[in-house]
Amino acid sequence: MQDKRFHSVRLDKDKCKACTNCLKRCPTEAIRVRGGRAHIIDERCIDCGECIRVCDYHAKFAQTDPLSSLEQFKYKIALPAPSLYGQFKHLISPSQVLDGLLAMGFDDVYEVANGADIVTRAIRERMRNAQPEDYPIISSACPAIVRLIRVRFPDLLSHIIDIRQPMEVAAMVAKKEFCKKHNVNPEDVGCFFITPCAAKMTAIRNPIGHETSAVDGAISMLEIYGVLASHIKKNHSDSKRATASSYGVGWANSGGEAAAVCPEHSMAVDGIENVIRVLEEIENNKLQDLVFFEGAACTGGCVGGPLTFENSYVARNAVQMLMNGCDITHPDDKVNDSYLGKYQLIAEKAILPNSVMRLDDDIVEAMRKMEQMEEIVRSLPGYDCGSCGSPTCRTFAEDIVRGFCNKMDCIHILKEQLKIMAQQMVELAKTTRE
Amino acid sequence: MSDKLFVDSYDVASGAFQTAGDASASIKRKLKQLGVDAVTLRRVAVASYEAELNLIIHSNGGNLIMEMSPDEVMLISKDVGPGIPDIGKALEEGYSTASEEARDLGFGAGMGLPNMKRNADHFDIVSEVGVGTTIRMGFAIKR
Repeated sequence: MQDKRFHSVRLDKDKCKACTNCLKRCPTEAIRVRGGRAHIIDERCIDCGECIRVCDYHAKFAQTDPLSSLEQFKYKIALPAPSLYGQFKHLISPSQVLDGLLAMGFDDVYEVANGADIVTRAIRERMRNAQPEDYPIISSACPAIVRLIRVRFPDLLSHIIDIRQPMEVAAMVAKKEFCKKHNVNPEDVGCFFITPCAAKMTAIRNPIGHETSAVDGAISMLEIYGVLASHIKKNHSDSKRATASSYGVGWANSGGEAAAVCPEHSMAVDGIENVIRVLEEIENNKLQDLVFFEGAACTGGCVGGPLTFENSYVARNAVQMLMNGCDITHPDDKVNDSYLGKYQLIAEKAILPNSVMRLDDDIVEAMRKMEQMEEIVRSLPGYDCGSCGSPTCRTFAEDIVRGFCNKMDCIHILKEQLKIMAQQMVELAKTTRE
Repeated sequence: MSDKLFVDSYDVASGAFQTAGDASASIKRKLKQLGVDAVTLRRVAVASYEAELNLIIHSNGGNLIMEMSPDEVMLISKDVGPGIPDIGKALEEGYSTASEEARDLGFGAGMGLPNMKRNADHFDIVSEVGVGTTIRMGFAIKR
């Protein structure tokens, strides 16, 4: 079901201590601490999961579909993200993970890495017609980065490649092939993405670039890790079920997509703060030779997702080892032409800017508010301490102008004010005595 | 032209490579909050970054000023010397007088002024050797 306001990242009010850890780390300034707990501003949140990672009290969490949601469908297909392969040490082949998922009760399994192979070919075809002003072409794979660009870099939206994510393509292909093979009704088939992150969950419920997602739900890697691991432990053979190329599997790691899509003149950046720094440079036209840019919100790429079990560096190595055993045919040669025509690989809808950062829809009014904001900023101490509940003194000034708080919420200003009042009281006491 | 409603000024010191990009980043951030359209935003971003770097690389220090009216963003780069002896030449693509230090950092391709001129709707430069250079760039806002 589609829900425009859906966000996977949530707050557990009872666990929140109203500290400022998440406040300080949110890349879109989407968190405020008010009334003794954090609040997430829905319109600003990009579901990157930074707050989940930094919360010492585990008050932030990602809402994903429970395993019980599989029961809504007669037939269930698992769509494992390639990063899932990196969660298990000493695998001889990704096939063991696929067999493990089948043993868990899924009726079929389709590798998202296969989807990545198809997407790789589709992007390369698309890039042939690129115009100079399209460069650098920006990957659409990380939904948190796409949302980040909508909020903070609206002038770079036209650079995002309009090809669907591997997860979407995998779901379309898996469902169609399953229905054909078993002669069943598509409504009876549920495709579940095994997700490393919150952003993919949001991308399913509240998609950008298309009306509805082809994926029916997302199960957190953390939720199935234990059960899946026990099935994998029992099976040491290679069923050769996995067919994705080493390129497709490589999408799990930062740089994998760039290596497959555009090995030269590309750049892969991981970690959302690093991505922001490079997007600033792209905005300034500083990276003139760049053809393709891959940005991943998580350190290491998808293997570093907030819902993964294994340390991202260990997982990265594990994926690398498995890649060595995979088919090394490039998707250009591996992916059949028929896939390009048969499936809707190109995004149907343009990605529009998210104008939530605007002070006002009317430019004159926005200028007036900006002037007010500057004046308030000049009167603030500039400690960026977060005690007022806004991440910085600047955002605090913005919140005042927007009418959400007032200057006395700054404890330093309040202290100054109290000092003056105390002085006045002393003086008042003196005069009344005389 | 309508009345100026918002003015923002930044000091840019000569040789301040460590803080290079801070002033233009702040200008960009404000223009986004003010709701300037994406196309204009990108043009101002490129020009303000080039202007800021020019102040750092070539000038004895100066100011980067953003003046905004509802119809136009105006960028003004004002420095206190050394001044440009031959403006015509400075506007040629590939011509640069950047120091060895700046070139080592990857600057000095001689595209600064041409890039600024290309991105602006109006471009005006006045310079006097020994006094300083003032560049005024206008960007019409799409509404």
